[in-house]
Amino acid sequence: MEGPIKLETQNVNFYFGDNLVLKNISIRIPSNRITAIIGPSGCGKSTFLRLFNRMNDVLEGARVEGKVLIDGVDIYNSNIDVAMLRRKVGMVFQKPNPFPTSIFDNVAYGPRIHGLHKGKDLREIVENALRQAALWDEVKDKLHRSALELSGGQQQRLCIARCLAVEPEVLLMDEPASALDPISTLKIEELMQGLKERYTIVIVTHNMQEAARVSDYTGFIYKGELVEFAPTVDIFEHPQNKLTEDYITGRFG
Amino acid sequence: MKQRSVWESFIEKVIFIGGISGIVFLFLIFAFLFKESFLFFFQYPWKDFFGGTQWYPTSEPPRFGLLPLLAGSLVVTLGAIAISVPLGIACAIYISEVAPPWVREIFKPLMELIAAIPSVVLGFIGLVVLVPFLKQVFNLPTGLSALAGSITLAFMALPTITSISEDALTVLPREYKEASLALGATHWQTIYHILLPAAKSGIIAAIMLGLGRAIGETMAVLMVTGNAAIIPYSFLQPVRTMTATIAIEMGEIVRGGLHYRALFAIGLFLFIITFTVNLIADWVIQRQKRVSG
Repeated sequence: MEGPIKLETQNVNFYFGDNLVLKNISIRIPSNRITAIIGPSGCGKSTFLRLFNRMNDVLEGARVEGKVLIDGVDIYNSNIDVAMLRRKVGMVFQKPNPFPTSIFDNVAYGPRIHGLHKGKDLREIVENALRQAALWDEVKDKLHRSALELSGGQQQRLCIARCLAVEPEVLLMDEPASALDPISTLKIEELMQGLKERYTIVIVTHNMQEAARVSDYTGFIYKGELVEFAPTVDIFEHPQNKLTEDYITGRFG
Repeated sequence: MKQRSVWESFIEKVIFIGGISGIVFLFLIFAFLFKESFLFFFQYPWKDFFGGTQWYPTSEPPRFGLLPLLAGSLVVTLGAIAISVPLGIACAIYISEVAPPWVREIFKPLMELIAAIPSVVLGFIGLVVLVPFLKQVFNLPTGLSALAGSITLAFMALPTITSISEDALTVLPREYKEASLALGATHWQTIYHILLPAAKSGIIAAIMLGLGRAIGETMAVLMVTGNAAIIPYSFLQPVRTMTATIAIEMGEIVRGGLHYRALFAIGLFLFIITFTVNLIADWVIQRQKRVSG
């Protein structure tokens, strides 16, 4: 695998109570690439994604075994500041979830709580983030209107802008286009291509065409196990594993 | 067929009478309140009523100055707000966000149980526990004071404020919280910057409902405030509220006399205050709804 490694897991087991959700997963995700994680519903792919910003911690009875590393640092180490970790590792959720405030305040929230606006113009930070998320031209005249007035696709790009405003290094995307129409989906996918120059992106999707279109690497998770991980071209053209082949050819899923 | 339509129209009439009688009763109450108060203002100058600093209904000539009573009500109510609002919201945040599930299971029903305590019982507890306590702590001649009234009222408003605010926080979509945490906000930042503003209209409604119950409350306050009709300069002085005045004096006056009508004038004034507060609350909640979509 070429290039430096950004995210890594070593023999990770993940439990919800007594339930083993992820089994012995080891993966090395390269920097500044888009990595897609595919698999049928309920296979644990969202849980896998949430390992990297410790969002599973919020849930009752969650337990991690093994190592999860970002830039070689174990993020489940007890002296890791979870808030700082999450600032570095942004997340876009399946359902667009803007706060019920203005467009401006949505994007400005992160910089405000992290004090990034000190000595800098908050408006500039917000404009920058919105431009990166390809939303600026659509909202520049109504920054102080409620974010809930935007369309679903615009809301999702607003959520991306909100993430980018805190200057993360990694973007985790949990089926970001599954609630959107095809045109909005296309916009998000184009956006991702532009973003990968600056960020390491991991996207979870159950849509195999999407994985094939946008990603450089693809991992296939089935029943909590990482079945195969390889460059996207190889996964889709020469899958090594019978399960992978069956899944991508639509024999189950 | 015929019988059925007769039955139908009978039922309709019963429902109609039920509905209309509510409105008629309300109207009659208004009419009575207005009539007696207007008769009062024919006999007693309104300037002396609203501007007078002395409430001596039995002196010669009688003086009906509202200010001491108004001040008493204001001081007790503001004190109750100052105590119950921060405490109630803090309680709601604790139950909905901080407490472990088993504490929540016990705490919430318990809090709602407090709301079921009759106000007279609260007043009684205030009288035998709170009042001596205040007397001792502040070294007062009497513990019967505005502060005792405020604390008693706050205790009454607290369960409503807590319970309804907690509901308002709990029904918020989990996505708000997740989105905020995922941006690297701490739990407290999330509560303060995202959850509380998002639940604002519910919390305002909770405060209004809680205080609505407390402001109209008479007995418990009457029992602990000492009922001296003087303008207080501190929370530790005895005060008399408008409601307490009506309750205390109504029993011992001549029906139709000037004093009787003065009490109705207080009633009308109270009604106008409550009505205005409700109107403002309504307006605030409506405005909130529009902003947060």
